[in-house]
Amino acid sequence: MTEVLVLVDHVDGAVKKTTSELLTIARRLGEPSAVFFGTGVEQAKETLAQFGAAKVYVVEDAALGEFLVAPKAEAMAQLVEKTQPAAVLIPSYAEGKEIAGRLSVKLESGLITDAVDVKAGDNGPQTTQSVFAGSFTVTAQVTKGTPIITVKPNSATPEPTDGAAEVEPFAVTISDAAKTARIVDSKPREKTGRPELTEAAIVVSGGRGTGGNFEPVEAFADSLDAAVGASRAAVDSGWYPHSYQVGQTGKTVSPQLYIAAGISGAIQHRAGMQTSKTIVAINKDEEAPIFELVDFGVVGDLHTVLPAATEEVTKRKG
Amino acid sequence: MNIVVCVKYVPDATGDRRFNDADHTVDRVGVDGLLSELDEYAVEEALKIVEASDGSEGEVTVLTVGPEQAADAIRKSLQMGAHKGVHVLDDAIHGSDAAATSLLLAEAIKKVGAESAWDLVICGMASTDGSMSVVPAMLAERLGVAQVTFGSEISVTGDMVSIRRDGDTATETVEASTPLVLSVTDQSNEPRYPSFKGIMAAKKKPVETWSLADLGVPAEQVGLAAAWTKVDASAARPPREAGTIVTDEGDGAARLVEFLAGQKFI
Repeated sequence: MTEVLVLVDHVDGAVKKTTSELLTIARRLGEPSAVFFGTGVEQAKETLAQFGAAKVYVVEDAALGEFLVAPKAEAMAQLVEKTQPAAVLIPSYAEGKEIAGRLSVKLESGLITDAVDVKAGDNGPQTTQSVFAGSFTVTAQVTKGTPIITVKPNSATPEPTDGAAEVEPFAVTISDAAKTARIVDSKPREKTGRPELTEAAIVVSGGRGTGGNFEPVEAFADSLDAAVGASRAAVDSGWYPHSYQVGQTGKTVSPQLYIAAGISGAIQHRAGMQTSKTIVAINKDEEAPIFELVDFGVVGDLHTVLPAATEEVTKRKG
Repeated sequence: MNIVVCVKYVPDATGDRRFNDADHTVDRVGVDGLLSELDEYAVEEALKIVEASDGSEGEVTVLTVGPEQAADAIRKSLQMGAHKGVHVLDDAIHGSDAAATSLLLAEAIKKVGAESAWDLVICGMASTDGSMSVVPAMLAERLGVAQVTFGSEISVTGDMVSIRRDGDTATETVEASTPLVLSVTDQSNEPRYPSFKGIMAAKKKPVETWSLADLGVPAEQVGLAAAWTKVDASAARPPREAGTIVTDEGDGAARLVEFLAGQKFI
């Protein structure tokens, strides 16, 4: 069976859930081979095997960690040359999409970004994308070269199987031209103990209506084991870090349940959450556009509704 | 410093956005369009950098690829303070994908550079329509220069450019020396509004229109027929069914939790 390359998203060997999703999707198209950049493969191997990776190509070249994007794109191109895969699947985070972009130019191969579903078709993978702030659905395919597809989190339910996860070191040659944008400092983001925003099953977000007090939002999120998000208005006001922003210029989330508290629902925000399965909103303004999207809405003050709801949820969970 | 800013003319996100029925391309002609909001940050950053290098000569050239209406995106950038514009305009471009667009931008940037060397190419973090966020990376690849992208804080010292890049797992500092491709996020600055003086001055600023022939790009390499991907179908997402909305009269929290429990979230 033809190989399908899957770029592993990990931090020092701790594999993100998106990787299990991509391996699951890759099995629809061929035999998944994981591509592992950096160190920590011993730790990652078990998960990669569990979701069906037959091989794990490991690239440890130091340049991959020292310089932005370009060396990873070169390494990926060399792996594609070697393996002639049926497709290359890359998680849709910022650097993933940039690697995909450079790879597309290098290989003269078509690129589809932000797929929310990928199926096998007669002429290669068929993708589904959600566009224009989630108001349109587009199906597409690559018509030239090796299909390169970036896939959003939560696009598949990870299905365990048995993979050999045979580790194969892969030596790459990184050109001097790729060693130009140097990463001179890297500070890991502070851990909150909450689920990852883009991976969480439930997200509770706060907006302008919090007035800067996110405590009720965080407490309600914790009662539901949810991630916390914020609207652009809240981030621009300096109330919550940008890395938690949900919307066009922040994260796109597609959880089972999205709860918007004190968020009006401007297009910028809708772009980041419109495809959530169930949507709930709490807002003082009954005219807020967010109510057009909801399955359930409460017209009221989040500062009274959320604490009472938190108490009730905690009581029920006992 | 000489800077080329790449901007895109996009359908207004607050208006009606749709696809052409015949070929599934984005309808850019029959709807209200404007300079992509995220590109305003790129224009602003370019102006700030040139203004900060006091005394030294520096020009901001704003470049777009798009239909006739895309001249609006150039005009807005000139009103903000950019010095001149280049509009790559050719009927054969319709339907070009990101790869072809990056080819056209790269060739136009080379042509700008042949007249006077550029130091920086600045792009927004994404377009507000396609929102792929890949063109800056593709441009760096095609131009063979450093890629310094998703800058939320930018500093320029001599020929060194340094950015703060907020990633999913870490905040990085990335630096490179010019020439390079820089992209900036909506956290990087606060774009200025065109002043009355700026609006008047923009009318006299030079805008060149270049065709494929001017760039030496064969028509077979761009446009819908040359795209490396194909859209099979596009459809409006069915509207969400109207939900239940209750007004909190002391029972809002209880009814909310009841709903969540009914949906098995608790």
